[in-house]
Amino acid sequence: MQKFFQDAVEFTPILLEGAWATILVTLGSLVLSTLLGLIWALMRISGNRWLDRVAIVFINFIRGVPIIVQLFYIYFVMPDFGVSLTAMQAAIIGLGIAYSAYQAENFRAGIEAIDHGQVEAAQSIGMGWFLTMRRVILPQAFRIVLPPYGNTMIMMLKDSSQASTITVAELALQGKLIAASTFKNTTVFTLVAVFYLVMCIPLILLVARLEKANSGGRR
Amino acid sequence: MIELRDVHKSYGPLEVIKGIDATVNKGEVVCLIGPSGSGKSTILRCINGLESYQKGTIEFDGIRVDRDHRSIVEVRTHVSMVFQRFNLFPHRTVLENVIEGPVWVKKEPRAEARDRGLALLERVGLAEKASAHPGQLSGGQQQRVAIARALAMQPKAILFDEPTSALDPELVGEVLAVMRGLAEEHMTMMVVTHEIAFARDVADRVLFLDGGRIVEEGRADEVLVRPQNVRTQDFLRRVIDHV
Ligand SMILES: Nc1ncnc2c1ncn2[C@@H]1O[C@H](COP(=O)(O)OP(=O)(O)OP(=O)(O)O)[C@@H](O)[C@H]1O
Ligand SMILES: [Mg+2]
Repeated sequence: MQKFFQDAVEFTPILLEGAWATILVTLGSLVLSTLLGLIWALMRISGNRWLDRVAIVFINFIRGVPIIVQLFYIYFVMPDFGVSLTAMQAAIIGLGIAYSAYQAENFRAGIEAIDHGQVEAAQSIGMGWFLTMRRVILPQAFRIVLPPYGNTMIMMLKDSSQASTITVAELALQGKLIAASTFKNTTVFTLVAVFYLVMCIPLILLVARLEKANSGGRR
Repeated sequence: MIELRDVHKSYGPLEVIKGIDATVNKGEVVCLIGPSGSGKSTILRCINGLESYQKGTIEFDGIRVDRDHRSIVEVRTHVSMVFQRFNLFPHRTVLENVIEGPVWVKKEPRAEARDRGLALLERVGLAEKASAHPGQLSGGQQQRVAIARALAMQPKAILFDEPTSALDPELVGEVLAVMRGLAEEHMTMMVVTHEIAFARDVADRVLFLDGGRIVEEGRADEVLVRPQNVRTQDFLRRVIDHV
């Protein structure tokens, strides 16, 4: 036990660096996936057949290809087309795109849960499409969408470990490297798991609170 | 002010409006009555462009109503609509509901819109509910807020689609009272309603719709008291027997 703590103190700085990279990847891809997801969702509900179709094709395409393959594609194949990215950039873009499909379906479900009478009321006072979205639909959909959004955040935090496959030195990869050079598998991977847990628990609690607020609060 | 000429509307293969001609003049109150499915709501919804129509023309103050044209925004700021199910914005307070259109669509200064909004709430008897949320109000109160929201746009005409049908019977009166007040001030109104007594007292004219056509129209006292058409007679007998 004594030894465990000594090792832990020794490894923690490196693992913290990894955790920092994990947070960067997660936050970056969260922002990107949110923006893209919102765009796909708005295209899907735009009422324009072509926009809808493009979005459907895109979403299914993203959903049908494993995240890891998307990461490889962006990091290893794009340079052949003259687009070379750092591993971190590639990870953020890859995970951001991959998750945008799930974000889109969540956003769309939230938007479609709003009574159509709300759109009509907005139109009847002269609001156009954008104003209707911004002032009437999205604020109401926000509440519905938030708990699943929190769950997506948790999944993204964990899936950010896939960035290790394209050499991003995030938490899982740092752990693997330390373990490989010290052979202290138990200590290292226990620490790695604890680090992930510590980052996830606040999010898990947040989601629980949001779900409670939604089920009990007024509409 | 509102002019419909040979308007046809279909949902897919189903033609629900089969050639309607009607005119509503400034200051007039016109009631639309008729059996369920006769197309009353559809007509109102075509007039402010919530629905498109396939044939004929609808004009408001000389502007052709076309939901795919920019001008539809102007039409909608002049023609307000009150819905059967109120359709208030649940995430905003009563006052915010009322000033939403003036502030965001007509770009009125917020303070000015607020003052007018409060005055309108006063007028529909709900000044003390200004900061409540719609969910905290009764149906009758919600519908009065919806009327205040419609008035806040300073419309030239208001369309009412069965404004009291979703209300408990004891709440109908308070809404009709507000509408009577508007009629006395010569607001131009088109009202779909099953409240025959209201139509008789307040409407200048009544249109009776059946199967997507106007089968009888005329002064309220004539159509409602001495209907000529068999279907109107039949309908009125059933509605009045029900009450
Ligand atoms: N979105 C729609 N899609 C297909 N058919 C529709 C749609 N809306 C209305 N209809 C049909 O159009 C016809 C007219 O409907 P409308 O709502 O105008 O009738 P209404 O006179 O207002 O009836 P009610 O008194 O029940 O409100 C009905 O046969 C209805 O089934
Ligand atoms: Mg109707």
